[in-house]
Amino acid sequence: MHTTSQSINSKIDFKKVVLVGNPNVGKSLIFNHLSGMYVEVSNFPGTTVSVTSAWYKNYNVFDTPGIYGVSSFNDEEKVAKEIILQGDIILCVVNALNLERDLFLTLQLIDMGKRVSVILNMMDEVRKHKLIINSKRLSELLGVEVYETSALKGEGLENLEEAIKKARYGKEDKFIKEKLNLVKNEITDQAEALLFLEGDREVQKKFSHLKIPIEDIREEIYIHRRNRVKEIIDQVESIDTPSGLFFSKLGRMALNPWTGIPILFLILTLIYFLIGDLVAQRLVDFTENTIGKGLIEYNIKKLVALEIPTEINVTLLDDEDNVIENKSFVFEKGISNDEKEFQEFKNFIKDKNTELNFIFKNPIVEFFFGEFGVITMTMTYLFFLLLPLVTAFYFALALLEDSGYLPRLAALADRSFTKLGLNGKAIIPIILGFGCVTMATITTRMLGTERERTIATTLLQFVIPCSAQLAVITVLLSAAGPQAILIYVSTILTILILTSTILDKIIPGQSSPLILDLPLMSFPHLKNTIRKTYYRTFGFMKEATPLFFLGTAIVGLLHTTGLLRIWINLLEPLTTKVLQLPKESAIAFIMGMVRRDFGAAGLFTMDLSTYQIVVALVTITLFVPCIASFLVMIKERGIKNGLIIWAGTWIFAFTIGGILSHILM
Amino acid sequence: MKTTLDKVEKGKKFIIEQLPNDDYKLQLIRFGIAEGERASCLDKILGGTIILKKNRLEIALGSELAKKIKVTMLN
Repeated sequence: MHTTSQSINSKIDFKKVVLVGNPNVGKSLIFNHLSGMYVEVSNFPGTTVSVTSAWYKNYNVFDTPGIYGVSSFNDEEKVAKEIILQGDIILCVVNALNLERDLFLTLQLIDMGKRVSVILNMMDEVRKHKLIINSKRLSELLGVEVYETSALKGEGLENLEEAIKKARYGKEDKFIKEKLNLVKNEITDQAEALLFLEGDREVQKKFSHLKIPIEDIREEIYIHRRNRVKEIIDQVESIDTPSGLFFSKLGRMALNPWTGIPILFLILTLIYFLIGDLVAQRLVDFTENTIGKGLIEYNIKKLVALEIPTEINVTLLDDEDNVIENKSFVFEKGISNDEKEFQEFKNFIKDKNTELNFIFKNPIVEFFFGEFGVITMTMTYLFFLLLPLVTAFYFALALLEDSGYLPRLAALADRSFTKLGLNGKAIIPIILGFGCVTMATITTRMLGTERERTIATTLLQFVIPCSAQLAVITVLLSAAGPQAILIYVSTILTILILTSTILDKIIPGQSSPLILDLPLMSFPHLKNTIRKTYYRTFGFMKEATPLFFLGTAIVGLLHTTGLLRIWINLLEPLTTKVLQLPKESAIAFIMGMVRRDFGAAGLFTMDLSTYQIVVALVTITLFVPCIASFLVMIKERGIKNGLIIWAGTWIFAFTIGGILSHILM
Repeated sequence: MKTTLDKVEKGKKFIIEQLPNDDYKLQLIRFGIAEGERASCLDKILGGTIILKKNRLEIALGSELAKKIKVTMLN
């Protein structure tokens, strides 16, 4: 088996089979069956735009994002359209429970003049709902083969090969055929001709040189097709007896504010215990400190230090992590040439709670393996802090998606998000932001317009503290008392509303309204959820790893060249005069760029008053995101917008922090 | 009685008379929410988001969009 992610230009002698369907119809499970590997099954429209393909016998099979029709309303549709245009055979996967919605796409594919077979999936659900679908009649009306399947149970999948072989041109609509005749001399490809008539902007642009008088008939075609769907449904589907089903009741309860908000709180509490407590605190503490720093980093550094001049600073801590003693061990010629000193060092740290800092005299070695070592620090951070956290977040997200709860949550939150210039869908990146802003910034891709993506990205970078930072903030704030918490929370909320209102005003255009299909709620299929989590986590790590390494390299370079020190010095007047904080806090702010929690953690060691803590935390929350999320932002939003947002966080953080400081102190 | 979708009460049935004239219109038509179609308001979420039900299909519509959809009430 061979899989590719981007190339659609496969060898000519192989037929291209394209799987097409609405979101959440089980398309990916069918793809999986054909390819022998899992890809992505999702309830929530548009979680991935990447295209996956695989070989099945002599066919090159392509999976496409879930779409409701072939056009260019969003990125998923554009991607799917491109693949469909190049495909030889279309397997149109249909949710049998939602024929009325799904057949629009099926008819459109047939009208495009493609060879089609229909996979009528979820037949088990149809039986559960006491629905009757006459698939033979459906096949007659469409003019193509129809195969019944229940992909989740693996039923009917043995017919997929036949479905590919027997795919044929269906019954085209007469009305549309007449219209197609109008342009058939100019546009030879029927699929493109249809999209041209349907007002697809990309196709119209492609043929704009032909100067074909464009008659706006897209609406006419759409309505006509819709009516045909209705006629077909009338003949193939008998009326069901719904209601009384537990899950449709649950689905409705999730939407009703009286029951929906308690359900939301229940879910958020569960997520908090799973992620906030179990993973972010306990598990990460173990993986980061015990495995990452204690085992792997320590042994790598020890290995490096064998022959190289090294100084090891040991900080002895008590059970509450207070410093008891500092001691340094110097190995002029490396550890291996000073057995005695090393033995002494080992005895000193034995069975004690210590923090070790290896300082290498050679700047290049220090750059790669030192305190901010590109290799050592990034590795611990990526694999022992971020990886468990991101996995947990993606797992929770997948559970919510596969249960059908997520679209309902988006609907419930829509009104509030409309006020922020977004729509309900934006709740996903915002929730993810509390895990990792870098991960959330990537997820903004799912939002409808560039405008919404910019607003969401800005909010993430400005006001949403990631979990690493959140942990430190919580500790410092709870020590500082209820008054401090109140000032902090209300300031951040004010900024959130202020920022989004300003952005809503200054960014041209309008945000897209919510039009969201609510799938039936059901128990998540655990195997699917786990596989989905795996693929997303893998995708994130693949995308983020080089950026994290690059980020640390930049900071490492600033550190070894002394530029970091200069920067801290430049910042000092701002922190002492504007924010009225001790001058060491400048270090905390700059370190916040390496990792946001470093910044906040630096405040632990300082002796700050209650108000100083509030000022420092507000500033650090608003202040520059970690360097990895900065790089992701540049990649996603472009250099110009990325830099504007970045510069904005500087100005905003210090202005707000300064104002707050002078009000309070 | 003619009104706009945002004013429809929970549980009421209606006929869609007019959709706003933009890209969203086509997206709605694809879902079967076209002029002349019958549907009902399954639920109304605090703040005005409408859950529209047509056969087994349930669609959430933002309140700003609902304001632009003209409907005639049935029963």
